Amino acid sequence: MPGILILAEKEDGKLKNYSRELASKAVELAKGLNAPVHGVVIGNQGSAAAEELGAFGVQEATAIEGPAVQALLPLIQELKPQIILASASGMGKDILPRLAMKLKAGLATDCVELSVENGKLKAKRPIFSGKVFVDVTFLSDVQLATARPNSFAVTVVDAAKKAAVKTIQSAGEGGRVVVKEVKEAEKGMKDLTEAEIVVAGGRALGSSENFKTIRDLAETLGATVGASRAAVDAGYISHDHQVGQTGKTVNSKLYIACGISGAIQHLTGMQSSKVIVAINKDPEAPIFSKADYGIVGDLFVLLPILTTKIKELSGK
Amino acid sequence: MKIGVLLKQTPDTETKIKIKSDASGIDESDIKWVINPFDEYAVEEALRLKEASGGGEVVIVTAGVKRSVDSMRQALAMGADRGIRIDTEGVLVDNYTTALMLSKVVSQENFEVVFAGKQAVDDDGVQVAHGVSAELDWPCVWPIEHIELGADKKSVKVTRPLGGGVKEILEMQLPGIICCDKGEHAPRYASLPGIMKAKSKPIAELKAVDLLGGATPLVQFTHFALPPERKAGKILKGEPEQVCAELVKLLHEEAKVI
Repeated sequence: MPGILILAEKEDGKLKNYSRELASKAVELAKGLNAPVHGVVIGNQGSAAAEELGAFGVQEATAIEGPAVQALLPLIQELKPQIILASASGMGKDILPRLAMKLKAGLATDCVELSVENGKLKAKRPIFSGKVFVDVTFLSDVQLATARPNSFAVTVVDAAKKAAVKTIQSAGEGGRVVVKEVKEAEKGMKDLTEAEIVVAGGRALGSSENFKTIRDLAETLGATVGASRAAVDAGYISHDHQVGQTGKTVNSKLYIACGISGAIQHLTGMQSSKVIVAINKDPEAPIFSKADYGIVGDLFVLLPILTTKIKELSGK
Repeated sequence: MKIGVLLKQTPDTETKIKIKSDASGIDESDIKWVINPFDEYAVEEALRLKEASGGGEVVIVTAGVKRSVDSMRQALAMGADRGIRIDTEGVLVDNYTTALMLSKVVSQENFEVVFAGKQAVDDDGVQVAHGVSAELDWPCVWPIEHIELGADKKSVKVTRPLGGGVKEILEMQLPGIICCDKGEHAPRYASLPGIMKAKSKPIAELKAVDLLGGATPLVQFTHFALPPERKAGKILKGEPEQVCAELVKLLHEEAKVI
């Protein structure tokens, strides 16, 4: 019987990086429970990604073909894990709350720390978009949590090792929610919540056309484009890109804020980033108080130069 | 159509949050309380759906303490018809028990569709609306930025941003729950007549204990802490060419992030 069940995700046949983080953390936690980790990969042709879980120390995994939610509950009832973990991704955030209700299990979402204490899961998670952190104690026998991307280290135990994978077909027809169409407006950009590098623009950009200077720098860095609420409200860019309490919280290794003054609700959404760079005309802008490196100046002059210098560095 | 909106009162996003000295919770003394911003979008979309469906009513359902009434009245001033408050004064609740109580009300009221915000900006749980849907065995779509009612009024077509610029167009059979993101419609302001009318709109009150059936929370927030303060770092000075070169060097060699 597994101690921990993890929901892993794939992209182009390979595990998502946050799923590697999750597998690594789960294997570490399982040591405290003296029970193995069972991996689950959702989506068609997931067996290769499920096998990849072996590299992180997960020995057994199930690949679910077809609509996952219907297949998940019977699998959980069969395996009876004490802990179920997923990433705080679009999928994890959508599936785990429903599972928690069905299983009458406590759930901590978007966790940045997970441990096992006295045989139970314990979690630390941000609330108020990171203005506050709380310790979550579970009162239920089964414990569920989602892990915030970029919060846990990837630990490869044996790169050549493959998990033993069982593939199951989920019989799920007649769902009451049907996907009619998928539109890809800006392909190839990671979502803000999982981005390693974010280049964000504020109201100072002045127009949607001017966001090109942000996009150029982002493209050079392989970064995701972010924006302040002011820039979104002004119509320069869509709400998908909004960073902050009424947008998304980022947890990147590098955050470059350009022409963003730093309203409290924006700062809370980005301050857990490892390194913050601020570029702003106004030397008094609050953003500088959170930045590791700041440049006071005109972003329209500075960003093209910065883009060129980074291209030179990477030899592009 | 008979439409429900799950609404929570939260601190305004501009509020600086303080912790009680014993780390057991939030210091609520200087907080400006507002409708959870995402729930405000839910109210707006509910009012639009009522109009699109040719009438009916929009009912605001809140599980909260007494002060939540102010936010409920605000939603009534925007145009909602009545409210139901589950009084949680003195009751320890979590996302699980809240979802359980709300699901009882949703079921009793026989709503054809229920709106909620995609998350509450206080505990950021993203659990309650999903929990209600699981308890009732209803479908739930999350997060949603665009909603169209089907011609037969028994389904909705919605747009779900998946992040990274990808959007899904989904069709959901009703009854179901729609969790609203910031969408194309800014929440309407309450008009003066709207505010006057809201004062006499009914808000029914239910007792949490009557809906819980003995259920108790499954998680507890045991310790609250502020994140470590970030210190202001280096301001790079000089000509644009020079500061940009210096920044790239620092990011590459000192911070090692590029």
